[in-house]
Amino acid sequence: MRNEVLSYDVIVIGGGLAGLMTSLGVTGSQKLALFSKVHPLRSHSLAAQGGLNAALGNVPGSADDSWEKHTFDTIKGSDYLADQDAVEIMCRMGPEVVYELEHWGVPFSRTPECKIAQRPFGGADYPRTCYATDRTGHVLLHTLYEQSCRKNVEVFSEWLVTSLVIEDNQVQGIIALHYESGEVRAFSARVVVFATGGYGRVYGNSTNALINTGSGIAVAYRAGVPIKDLEFVQFHPTTLYGTNILITEGARGEGGILVNNKGERFMKRYAEKLMELAPRDIVSRSMTTEILEGFGFENAYLHLDLRHLGREKIMERLPGICDIAIDFAGVDPVKEPIPVQPGQHYSMGGIDTNEKGETKIRGLYAAGECACVSVHGANRLGGNSLLETVVFGKIVSTHLREFLKSQGDTRDASFLDKALEKEKQRIEELLKRKGERRYTEIRDELRRVMFADVGIFRKEEELRRACEVVQRLKRDYRDVSVRHKSRYFNFELINVLELEGMLDLADIISRGALARRESRGSHFRTDYPKRDDPNWLRHTLATFTPNGPEFDYKEVKITRYAPQERKY
Amino acid sequence: MHHKKENIDIEEKVFSFKIFRFDKRKDQGPYFECFNVKAKKGMTVLEALLKIQEDQDPSLVFRYSCRGAVCGSCAMIINGHPNLACRIQLANLPSPEVLIEPLPNFEIIKDLIVDMEPFWKAYRMVEPWLMPGEREKQGEHLVTEKNRAQIDQFVNCILCACCYGACPVVSRDEDYLGPAALAKLFRFIRDSRDKRNWEDTFKRLDNEHGAWGCDTVFRCVDACPKQVRPTDGIEALRRRMVLRPFIRQAAHEAKSESK
Ligand SMILES: Cc1cc2nc3c(=O)[nH]c(=O)nc-3n(C[C@H](O)[C@H](O)[C@H](O)COP(=O)(O)OP(=O)(O)OC[C@H]3O[C@@H](n4cnc5c(N)ncnc54)[C@H](O)[C@@H]3O)c2cc1C
Repeated sequence: MRNEVLSYDVIVIGGGLAGLMTSLGVTGSQKLALFSKVHPLRSHSLAAQGGLNAALGNVPGSADDSWEKHTFDTIKGSDYLADQDAVEIMCRMGPEVVYELEHWGVPFSRTPECKIAQRPFGGADYPRTCYATDRTGHVLLHTLYEQSCRKNVEVFSEWLVTSLVIEDNQVQGIIALHYESGEVRAFSARVVVFATGGYGRVYGNSTNALINTGSGIAVAYRAGVPIKDLEFVQFHPTTLYGTNILITEGARGEGGILVNNKGERFMKRYAEKLMELAPRDIVSRSMTTEILEGFGFENAYLHLDLRHLGREKIMERLPGICDIAIDFAGVDPVKEPIPVQPGQHYSMGGIDTNEKGETKIRGLYAAGECACVSVHGANRLGGNSLLETVVFGKIVSTHLREFLKSQGDTRDASFLDKALEKEKQRIEELLKRKGERRYTEIRDELRRVMFADVGIFRKEEELRRACEVVQRLKRDYRDVSVRHKSRYFNFELINVLELEGMLDLADIISRGALARRESRGSHFRTDYPKRDDPNWLRHTLATFTPNGPEFDYKEVKITRYAPQERKY
Repeated sequence: MHHKKENIDIEEKVFSFKIFRFDKRKDQGPYFECFNVKAKKGMTVLEALLKIQEDQDPSLVFRYSCRGAVCGSCAMIINGHPNLACRIQLANLPSPEVLIEPLPNFEIIKDLIVDMEPFWKAYRMVEPWLMPGEREKQGEHLVTEKNRAQIDQFVNCILCACCYGACPVVSRDEDYLGPAALAKLFRFIRDSRDKRNWEDTFKRLDNEHGAWGCDTVFRCVDACPKQVRPTDGIEALRRRMVLRPFIRQAAHEAKSESK
């Protein structure tokens, strides 16, 4: 088995919702393998709390909701940077996919009529977020994993995919490192699907799992795949002060309010109508402004107050939030307000795909948070990301089946062999390096500078500084050595390998943000506070070159909704 | 295990971690090694372990992912009790001396990383997926909120294997399915949408490696960091197995009545 190259029709990278959903759509006759750096059930998807959006119209006040209204809310929420054809597809498929999930066993919370319950979420005109208490990601991931067991999906757990092999604009396969043995192996595939999630941990103060380094996006980038709109980074308004563990928007959806140190419900000054349920970019900026102006507690956080909801409702709808607040902040939300601050949360940008999940490389697809279709544009609405993972996981599986049927097998094993040799050499060299620098210093400085200077409020000076720091850190990276030489479970090696990708992504984010001289959705420039459609209603594309990313731009697809000013 | 939340100032206080070490490829036997960590406000056991791995000994290994007590990766034995390392704050520990060991009842691969395969195998054995009847033409199955709430605690299981590690039956019978898998099965049996053939399911589990293996000493209930009570699920399964002929009879009568 050692040197033999295993060959598959389809390799899916990622055991989160997008990866599992894609796998479930691959038919039995196609040879499939799923790779994940952790056991699929440890994927970050399971941390999702609030729910997923679909216009089911199940609750009072939503009878006339429709997928068209969902589409409009999403496009408006995106500050008109989303591709409208893609948003339409997602919102139209929403109900059908949610029903399918329900039939696979997702234990959704229920209305008195025994239908799937829905709650209000930010930026939406109707309560359309389907949920299972505040553990929606957990139940979705478990259900899809259960189905993958039923279908006997072959899983390679604790394998880190370190490179993607492309030749002649055609996918050849991947190279991956096995945690336990330290073995580096090539796997041949006609189709590769990236479902590797977001890069939250490039930032400090992130809600993301520790494993969310964005290595999938970085691997695709290094292989020459264009990366889209990476400067759009979502900051979630309510993360637990200290650990930045998420406190779901559902807490505000259920009636929770934000209060400053004067006891004032300050959101009324920023978003008169939707208040706490304005889109995330707006609430995060408002909170940051309050804190900067001295209205925060300890100059660092605000209060999320749920007490008026009463114990019963809190325990019924938000039991997970109670656990988190008690376990990690020693605060019981029934009795005390929760200390919260904005934190990095979601990656709107990612691997450039079209509305079928195809990249410009034949046989290469991406779905979920690592992809940028784009359905979220400059700002994602809460509840749309889980929806994206399942809808586009399904769409990708449909299109890749057609691809396999219609295209001949044009792989050439020699490319993979060569790439494997090169990758082994790269890792050997890393292990032999004698440099003085520690990966932790570089990682920690990177996170600090990204949060401080490429964060919620951005401006020229700070962005320039961040770009310079990232360049310096990239140089320093060459002096990082791996002290631990064993092959066997070498987490230091893994962290060092992933750090290189994190630096690449930071480079793209900060340069893209510096270039974009406007404010749109999550990208807010204090020196260019207005949206500038004539110049900037376009997607950013970054392509790898040895001297750093090369930028290009591409037009946004507008179908029915002409850009207007966003007001809430 | 309940941790009292107190606002103890632990900043700069030194905690000493006595950690189980073993490398199945090269060590004759396990041994313990001590590491000191300077605490920070809010620091968890997982953060302390990461600090040791990063600054002192990169060969020390353990699993982790979410750091928010929801993914179940970092189950281990902390001061003699199974728990999630990310869920325990140093400030809530009874003393600055902390004993860390891998979950029992598993083969140890290295240090705190164990071979979870037997656990996953038991999980797959119970066919842990919904087996609904005919798909309704439109929309969702109708389910009462009451039924959802009934299965809620079993749905909440994060499969961290704390219970499996704590189970005295698993420790003497490696073929016993264990608390998590059986509780998972009950989650489906109790789900009003599930129409699996109980006969088939029970036939395989109506023995001492299945539902009758449990000693009902509630060690799993004690060990669960998510307040799941696997024993309740196992006892309910047993009740159904015993009452099966009567349930069958009742179903039969209901059917003939409706004809
Ligand atoms: C705390 C929190 C709460 C959220 N709540 C909501 C919500 O209520 N509603 C909503 O719509 N969205 C929510 N989101 C967003 C949503 O959860 C995520 O965007 C979504 O789950 C991402 O799913 P995914 O399948 O794309 O990626 P993930 O679930 O992150 O999975 C990525 C997978 O890729 C694997 N992987 C990554 N890199 C590699 C590599 N190099 N080699 C091998 N494997 C690799 C990982 O092991 C993992 O299996 C939330 C996000 C956070 C952080």
